[in-house]
Amino acid sequence: MRHLWETPGGVHPPDNKAQSQTMSIGQVPLPKTLILPLNSAFDEVAKASVRIGDRVLKGQKIADIQGKLSVAVHASSSGFVTSIEPRTIAHPSGLSTPCIEITTDGEDRWIESKTYPHYQHIDPPKLCDIIAQAGIAGMGGAGFPSAVKLAIDGEKSVDTLIINATECEPYITADDMLIRERAAEIIKGIDVINCALNKPKAVLIGIENNKPDAIKALQEHCKGTQIEVVPVPTKYPSGGEKQLIYILTGKELPSEALPINIGMICLNIATVFAIKRAVIDGQPLISRITTITGQACDINRNYEVLIGTSVEHLLKLNGFNRERCSRLIVGGPMMGFTLSSTNVPVTKTSTCILAVSHQEMPDSSPPQPCIRCGLCAEVCPASLLPQQLYWYAKAADHERLQAHHLFDCIECGACSYVCPSKIPLVQHYRGSKGDILTARAEKTMASKARERFESRAVRLEKIDSQRETKRESRKLTSNNAEQQRVSGKPPLTTSAEDIIKAAQLRVQTKKISPEKQKAKLERTLIAAQIRLEEAQQRLADVLESGTVDQQTQHKATLEGAKQKVDKTQQRLAKIKLQ
Amino acid sequence: MNYKQISSPQIHKRQSTDRIMQLVLIATLPGALILSYQFGWGVLLNLFISTLTCIVTEALVLKLRHRPINIHLGDYSAVVTAVLLGLALPPLVPWWVVVTAAIFSILIAKQLYGGLGSNPFNPAMVGYVVVLISFPVEMTTWVTPISLLPQGVSHPGLWDSGMIVFAGSVPIDGITGATPLDLFKHSKGLMVEQIYNSNRLFDNASIAGVGWEWANVAFLIGGLALLKARIFTWHGPVGMLGSLTLMSMLFWDAGSSSSPGSPLMHLFSGASMLGAFFIITDPVSSATSNRGRLIYGALIGLLIYIIRAWGSYPDAVAFAVLLGNFAAPFIDNYTLPRTYGHSQRRRATAKETDKNV
Repeated sequence: MRHLWETPGGVHPPDNKAQSQTMSIGQVPLPKTLILPLNSAFDEVAKASVRIGDRVLKGQKIADIQGKLSVAVHASSSGFVTSIEPRTIAHPSGLSTPCIEITTDGEDRWIESKTYPHYQHIDPPKLCDIIAQAGIAGMGGAGFPSAVKLAIDGEKSVDTLIINATECEPYITADDMLIRERAAEIIKGIDVINCALNKPKAVLIGIENNKPDAIKALQEHCKGTQIEVVPVPTKYPSGGEKQLIYILTGKELPSEALPINIGMICLNIATVFAIKRAVIDGQPLISRITTITGQACDINRNYEVLIGTSVEHLLKLNGFNRERCSRLIVGGPMMGFTLSSTNVPVTKTSTCILAVSHQEMPDSSPPQPCIRCGLCAEVCPASLLPQQLYWYAKAADHERLQAHHLFDCIECGACSYVCPSKIPLVQHYRGSKGDILTARAEKTMASKARERFESRAVRLEKIDSQRETKRESRKLTSNNAEQQRVSGKPPLTTSAEDIIKAAQLRVQTKKISPEKQKAKLERTLIAAQIRLEEAQQRLADVLESGTVDQQTQHKATLEGAKQKVDKTQQRLAKIKLQ
Repeated sequence: MNYKQISSPQIHKRQSTDRIMQLVLIATLPGALILSYQFGWGVLLNLFISTLTCIVTEALVLKLRHRPINIHLGDYSAVVTAVLLGLALPPLVPWWVVVTAAIFSILIAKQLYGGLGSNPFNPAMVGYVVVLISFPVEMTTWVTPISLLPQGVSHPGLWDSGMIVFAGSVPIDGITGATPLDLFKHSKGLMVEQIYNSNRLFDNASIAGVGWEWANVAFLIGGLALLKARIFTWHGPVGMLGSLTLMSMLFWDAGSSSSPGSPLMHLFSGASMLGAFFIITDPVSSATSNRGRLIYGALIGLLIYIIRAWGSYPDAVAFAVLLGNFAAPFIDNYTLPRTYGHSQRRRATAKETDKNV
């Protein structure tokens, strides 16, 4: 027996799993239309590669990856693309995202696809690409693109692969039924992942001990392999990634780190199954097992559902009664979100459609004041102080919230579940997280704007000071000329002269070939001569009709030009001598 | 037609604040019964006046604050405050003392701070301390336990008790006397052994005073039941009783004339058990984390002993609890639990910039 570690906190809600396990996984009659959302769980949208009116076959890719966290989309059945437009999908926000609508033709004809039965000989990057192109995203609920998780860069290595089969949420039995019926395929899938990860040292399947049949099925198929099936005590939320890692290995995932940072990869067991289908059978992710349950449905059962099938279609199939239904939940009762309408499609992350009756989940009473009883702190799996977080969330004290590690909250809902005052704690935390992230983003933007403003000010100041220097030097030159005119003495050494000397020095130190130097000097000479002529002309003009000042200025200019010509001629002569 | 939108989690445990308060009330029953048996009708009259005043005050303030009266009265928190106050006050104390304490508890200590959940101090203890300081004579007169009443004297009946409480009749001689803690306070220069022998309060080898020890045992039982029902954790009570025991052992001094009394005497006398299981476990005004509550409890235990042994009041639970309430936010700052994925505990006042703490 493997040693197991116990996580703090946790709750034991009634599991309500038996009712959906009386029948095997069912098939759903082909729906007339399929709506395939293009966005991933991380709000990156895949790029549609079909147009309205196109004929598509089952398994045909209809949207490509675009951006790191987007997920490829495939037609779940054959038919025609009838619309590409935003639709409401099963998402907590209730907002609409771009979707491709396919009107099925009833043939359900597969596209020719490439299978890789000899995956052992494929390079890991190529395997990851196959998985990415098959549109596989985490099917436990988060929907993280699996290929991104599996594509390990050179420096990191994976020594433990953890397969999450805990399914700790009440009501949901999709993974359980999948394991019972298709354990052999799952084990093959694990082997594919092993190849993609260059054979990690340990492979652990964590599964809650309330699924004896599934455990037995896995254990039978794991005989003779390095895979270890580890039943873990049933306690919500043992299926949280961080919690499962701790239970199985005793290691804690550092705050804000990913499992790969401590040499681990966690994958949901349904994802493993999808990877097997994608690599060995060449079938992209176009269907998943979804539990349809709750007292508002006559039949509680698991189905293999095509992605894009509407919830309405599934509920009808199960004798759904609108009058009886108090709310409609996607996912489990602890972390699932409610739907406002049945007209939304099943996505890759829809583990369960829960249509509960009024008796099952009566409307909750209004929240009472928090008496800081501390029951929430006792059940928090992250050892947070939910009562304090609540207090600071209400006060919008972002600093205190972060000091109390708000961002380590996994939103499992255990605190709200036990709260005697029925306070929607998780809702407060989600809101505060959003506020803090917005504030951080605003702060970043503000500091960038400030930087820009400051550097602009510096730039303007620099330009100003340059202008000022030029003005000063010009003033000095004219002053000197004035002085000369008055005293008849040659001008004092000025800083401008120094600059010229320095420039000449620089030119001298620069190793320029004599030919080039000669050519350059000749050019300079010509230019200087032209300027001299111009200066003579202008001086002549001012001498006839000009003020004394103007005459002095032009005399100075003429003098400068003469000197320039002389100097250039001398240097030219030197070079010629050489 | 749209379906109801509700934020997760969708399910809730069948535990409510009302239920918690009700359980606390039930758990005070054994103690209340023993007290009534030992000290007569005065105890029940205290409970009655205090409860009535608390409920009326709460309702009036809620009305003034435009809060739903039914919901807030229905949480039983005012009744809990009233009962704890009623149990703490000396029996047969004039009615206006009880009323003053009750109004102060609910109006000033609770509602003016924002009502249930927002009060930094334990309301019952605030009320108690206010009348203790204001009316020392009335508040330090205790009824003699039933078994120590002189021959032929009994506790006044309901009518006579009512006359004493409401009409200010003077009780007959012999039904009031010193409490064990009073006795220790005022018997300087006597060995513990001598105190035990000189007073009938310690008859029949009684360890903490006749009547008192049984009331404390009853509160202990009620408290343990609440602990079993997981209404609170063990940290507060263990902290308080632990430090009280430790202090009284340290200064026991083998029962010399300067000894403030034995550990058992301190544990089972005065309001020790009522305080440990019903007062300091009030979550609103106590420290928050388990570690914090352990420290909070220990601090209160320490203060109780210091005030009992060297202060000018014979019992000290109320003062110690209020001082503990003062310290609770401070304790909270330094007793955050270590969060998953962090190597160290953090201070609540830590800034986002000092990441490594």
